[in-house]
Amino acid sequence: MSVPLLEAENVTMRFGGVAAVQDVNLKLEEVELRCLIGPNGAGKSTFFKILTGQLRPTEGVVRFRGQDITGAHPHVIARLGVGIKTQVPNVFNGLTVREGIGIAAGRKKSLRHARQIVDETMELLQLSPIADRMVGQLAHGQRQWVEIATVLAQEPDLILLDEPAAGMTHEEVLRTAELIREINKKQALVVVEHDMQFIRMIAKTVTVFNRGKILIENQVEAVLADPGVRDVYLGKQAH
Amino acid sequence: MDLYGLVGFNILVGIGTIALITVGLGVIYGMMKIINLAHGEFMMLGAYATYVANTHGINIWIAMLIIAPIFVGLVGLVVERCLIRFLYGRMIDTMLATWGLSLGLIGLMTSIFGNDPRGVPTPVGSFSIGHYAASLYGFVIVVVAILALAGFYAMLSLTRYGLIVRATMQNPNMAAALGVAPPTIYMATFALGAALAGLAGGVLAPISGVSPVMGAAFIAKAFITVLGGGAAIVTGTSLASGLFGFIDTFVSFKSTPVIGEVALLLAAVVMIRILPQGITGRFLRRSL
Amino acid sequence: MIFRKLKRADSAGGIWGPVAVVVAGLVLLVGAPMVTGTFGLLQLTVLAALAIFALAQGFIWGFGGILCFGQSAFLGLGGYAYAVGALNMTDTTGAVALAIIVPMLFAALLGYFMFYGRISDAYIGVITLTVSIILFDLFNSTSGDIYHIGQAPLGGFNGIPSVPPLNIPGNPDAQLDTNGLWYAAMGALILCYILLKWILASRFGRVVVAIRENETRAQLLGYDPRLFKLLTFIIGAGISGLAGCLYTNWGAFISPTVFSLTMSAQVIIYVLVGGLGTLIGPILGAVGIQYLINVAGGQHVIDPNLLLGIVLVAFVLLVPQGVVPVIRAGFRRLIPAKQPSTTLAQPVSQEASR
Repeated sequence: MSVPLLEAENVTMRFGGVAAVQDVNLKLEEVELRCLIGPNGAGKSTFFKILTGQLRPTEGVVRFRGQDITGAHPHVIARLGVGIKTQVPNVFNGLTVREGIGIAAGRKKSLRHARQIVDETMELLQLSPIADRMVGQLAHGQRQWVEIATVLAQEPDLILLDEPAAGMTHEEVLRTAELIREINKKQALVVVEHDMQFIRMIAKTVTVFNRGKILIENQVEAVLADPGVRDVYLGKQAH
Repeated sequence: MDLYGLVGFNILVGIGTIALITVGLGVIYGMMKIINLAHGEFMMLGAYATYVANTHGINIWIAMLIIAPIFVGLVGLVVERCLIRFLYGRMIDTMLATWGLSLGLIGLMTSIFGNDPRGVPTPVGSFSIGHYAASLYGFVIVVVAILALAGFYAMLSLTRYGLIVRATMQNPNMAAALGVAPPTIYMATFALGAALAGLAGGVLAPISGVSPVMGAAFIAKAFITVLGGGAAIVTGTSLASGLFGFIDTFVSFKSTPVIGEVALLLAAVVMIRILPQGITGRFLRRSL
Repeated sequence: MIFRKLKRADSAGGIWGPVAVVVAGLVLLVGAPMVTGTFGLLQLTVLAALAIFALAQGFIWGFGGILCFGQSAFLGLGGYAYAVGALNMTDTTGAVALAIIVPMLFAALLGYFMFYGRISDAYIGVITLTVSIILFDLFNSTSGDIYHIGQAPLGGFNGIPSVPPLNIPGNPDAQLDTNGLWYAAMGALILCYILLKWILASRFGRVVVAIRENETRAQLLGYDPRLFKLLTFIIGAGISGLAGCLYTNWGAFISPTVFSLTMSAQVIIYVLVGGLGTLIGPILGAVGIQYLINVAGGQHVIDPNLLLGIVLVAFVLLVPQGVVPVIRAGFRRLIPAKQPSTTLAQPVSQEASR
């Protein structure tokens, strides 16, 4: 059996006496696309922060290609080949779009190679016309894409996206979905999202969180047809 | 045995001194998250207030315990209205502005009183521990420090102002919804912190002497103690004063006061590596 | 906050601005001895030393986002390291090296605890301030014969007098005169400016600025902000140490006042007045503020501390971005053609307030 790209084993996170994430197991293969969904407070954001190294779990292990990354510093996880887009856009407001993406592309690469990556990434996300604008002056949707471009320019093998469609217009959501499918041709993705429409557009396999545990994990059609999932989303508690 | 008694007494006084010079800074930092770089100069103003009142024939106890805190509290009120309130939410700018204030006050007092240090008489004598003589004034410092901390604690936990202050610290909007204006609370808090600094300056004036630059002698210890204590004002200040007062006095006794200060700094620097949020950032988080 | 107002400041200007600055510096370097006498040249020399000090503070604060309130610690350590080295060695070249290395080592140690402890900006300000105060007290307490390093008595409050001047490297007999010291100080200023411009244009410098802009994002891209901040801090300390070396040479004398709060405050004011996020700003700030202090001190109209305090409060309240960025923005409004992005600027998004 091959080593999974990302693996969480018996991960538990307690805050005081409350378990925000309880005994979660998750495996992700190379070039897989996985959506994590669940109602507010289900623990998916906490779990995301554990994957990215922003939180160290109370119990359990997270592995990237077999290497233990539990609670490792975010920069260490990033260097292994993990790109992360946070929920509130984290971008370089005082730099231009090109400079910011260059910072991402430039680590451990030659200047010429980095420039090429920057140009390609801006082309892919249609950011070339605003390449020399200050990121701080852009509209919200554009900033989201600048952040996605920054993540892509790292050329990671795994990309973690926390609510990428949040605050976008309908057209922007469509384009983002298309983009995610495009990225998934070469790279693995974990997408945390609660917008069911968006999930329908992109998902293959879906993991549903509820009350800190995995409720169900299956193909998107099966999950969306599941009465338990519907109940959870309508506010009834499934057991 | 006498020596142990003396050292023990000195450590007690050392802890009391640190608590006294820190509490005003701690009140402003704990409640407003503002680090007042003019804290030492507020103390200096309290010392001058005591000196001036005393030379005009006012009883020394009244001068240091009542006039100094009231005068500096009023100065704090004016400073908050004219300067600090424009900078809320801009922590770094507030620090820079209070630093400017600190320089300005030093310059102003130098212009008025000149550079030469003035003296304030010590109102009590000494007592003996076996063969050694110790100043009774040490007891005064310890008692004033305890009263200041206990009074502040009682005010936080018992009075309506204390309740509102705790609510404002937790959530400014919530307090506003309850019909209390946060600006009033901040103003009162800053004045209170300034008054406590004035009290410390007044009480310590007989020991340190009075000069425009005297503040610098205190602020290093006060800053270290506030950082070490963390967000909880009373608990943090007390615990950190205990720890740092002990280190400071003990090392000073074994070598020199300057080495004591260096030991204090080393302890603090190592501590921020282990407990970046201070003692009460890690333990006793719900304390006041 | 101040940083939000930086925006283009550091990336503006292209190559011609710095070239013009360097040319102006060279003209001053060569021209000053021709037009001014010994006294004027000495005044200019100390200005150059303080401008180097200001450059160091401007670099770590304006570009690195590191709030060091006790930069005078490194100025003083550099000055003392030079004095002690020069009194113990025949050739002062080694003493210059000491003046740069000792502050760097000290900054490495202090910075390790601060940056790897991940304390907040405000705490860094307070800790560095405290360190400078304690160094002041420490050096003040070194009077008496037992406090000496090799041949050099530390001298407590009185400091170290008769510090030997710089000499031509490798030739201890060729000591620098007033003109020589001017060339050394002004040359060092120009070199430090070029060095910092080069660092900022390099990959390292870009990451340093990126970390100032958004530490979390830089970290998520695989950069360790702690390391970059530490290195920035160390570079600033080395440059401050060099400034301290030149400052000591200017008076052939060093005393604990170099560690004083006024010294730290002064360099903060140079940078704040000149402009955060620029290199020329701190230089001009140093010159302007020192001129003001000299005038005030000469006339006895106003206490220098009072003056500094008023300037600091006024700039924080009224012109927090500093003079140079304000002037640049003014020029850009006059000549808008070149930078479409700033003229077509849409309202700055409110993300920063989150």
